[in-house]
Amino acid sequence: MTKANTPPRQVSIGTYEGLRTKERVVLDIDGQSVGVYFLGDEIRAWHNTCPHSGGPVCQGKTVARTLQAVDAATGKSPGLTLDRSSRMIVCPWHGFEFDLLTGIHAVDTKTRLRPVPVAVVDGDVVLTLG
Amino acid sequence: MRPTQLDKARIRELEEIGTRSDTRDVLARATMQAKRDYDDYFVVDIDAHVSEDHFWGEVIELIDNEYLRDLGQSQLRSFAGNNALLNIVPGLSHQSVGGRITHQGRREPDVPQGEHPFVVAAQRSMDAMGLDYQIVFPSAMLLLGMHPQDEVEVALARAFNRWTVERILPMDERLKAFVYLPFNTPEACEALVAQYADAKDVIGFTVCSTRNNAIHADCYARLYAMIEESGKPLAFHSGYHWGDPSFAQLNRFATMHALSFTHYNQIHVSNWLFNAMPERFPKLKMLWVESGLAWIPFLMQRLDHEVLMRPSEAPGMKRLPSEYMAEMWYTSQPMERTNMELLEATMKVMKAETQLLYSSDWPHWDWDAPSVITTLPFLSDQAKRNILGLNAARLFNLDIKPKKPRADAVLATRPGRS
Repeated sequence: MTKANTPPRQVSIGTYEGLRTKERVVLDIDGQSVGVYFLGDEIRAWHNTCPHSGGPVCQGKTVARTLQAVDAATGKSPGLTLDRSSRMIVCPWHGFEFDLLTGIHAVDTKTRLRPVPVAVVDGDVVLTLG
Repeated sequence: MRPTQLDKARIRELEEIGTRSDTRDVLARATMQAKRDYDDYFVVDIDAHVSEDHFWGEVIELIDNEYLRDLGQSQLRSFAGNNALLNIVPGLSHQSVGGRITHQGRREPDVPQGEHPFVVAAQRSMDAMGLDYQIVFPSAMLLLGMHPQDEVEVALARAFNRWTVERILPMDERLKAFVYLPFNTPEACEALVAQYADAKDVIGFTVCSTRNNAIHADCYARLYAMIEESGKPLAFHSGYHWGDPSFAQLNRFATMHALSFTHYNQIHVSNWLFNAMPERFPKLKMLWVESGLAWIPFLMQRLDHEVLMRPSEAPGMKRLPSEYMAEMWYTSQPMERTNMELLEATMKVMKAETQLLYSSDWPHWDWDAPSVITTLPFLSDQAKRNILGLNAARLFNLDIKPKKPRADAVLATRPGRS
């Protein structure tokens, strides 16, 4: 059976309360690699393959988004700063950075991570794998 | 649909990749790409790097000048540590993007007793990327051309060449190297060419491009003749230097890196052509390393345009600069590939099918896996094979009998935690 014909299946990967304390878990599930992230009350899952070169994007660091501070009145910039309220997923192969919640690259909105549907069902984190 | 709890054995947690990850884990995806796309290709990586700072004590002890060896060992034990005698500026070394990219400068874990950590790391990278041969260059020494003390460049060059050729290369027949030429001192370069011209695992000679020497100067004529006579290529390996006044205008490593690595080789190619060096040393095989590809069509067009209007400044040239450039060799990394139409045109004009050599630059931050070539939609299978290894075999007289293990065997030994 080809992959395209494989019906989606739901996989429970553990309890929400148990996993959320880890903030990030990367799993190989029957050969499919998925990164699952917990940020506040939000939960996201992304395929662990970088759209750039196929690197293991979810196994890199997560960091705060870098911003360029700009004074709106003068247009002057005091330089770069960090937005500690956001998290970026950094591909360990070449440093591509993606917003943890949206999967969108920090600069190029056309470059995105591929999502994996994820939900909490009866207290368990459940992925829908294609 | 009711969730299905899979057998626990079929769910495997994968580790974060960091500075102490095994090379085979970091590159496991590249092994899978090899299995999928190019397991039967002959692949040569023309430009990989030693993190020589990790073994700097071994190099320093090989310095043949007693004063400089003593000075180096003193610095090694004190404030300079692994940067002893070098002119790199640690505070301006932003390659890891603030620790986001961890493979540059990483230390290989689990090195078997009695084996050399660099050789083990190199072997793991070759197996993981599916390489038959890997040619290694230094890293921190790439800036030595800007060192204010010429005698230090000479001493470190001689020591590093000895370390590479006598200690490292004999440990694995898949490892090869260029001999570093301390270009600020032509006589010392000539002595090194004489010493290593016939060395089995030395496949050529290299000049680090980051310097302000005019490479067409007559003081290098004897050197070029000697290299030409050896039949081995001369490679100019580009680099950066934030201390260069033009680059001091730039406030980001990204912009400085983007421009400087192309800048130095553009200057050297321009001087090489306008001073008719291809006519004066017609058998000298010139290789330009680590500038990517996008600068090549730019410089071809620019120099052709100029020489047509000002032929009196280039009377030694018998053809257009672009024609000479299409006969030189180039390494691929860091290969610009955000616009396939431009890349295809670039490869066509530079005759990539015969002149381009794949290079990884591993373990540096902007490395390229062989898949950057195998996934190009416009190249024929033969062109991919040429770029990945057969062009190198021709240039360096390498035996194309496969040397690497199959990807399946690599993954069976180490399934990867990535």
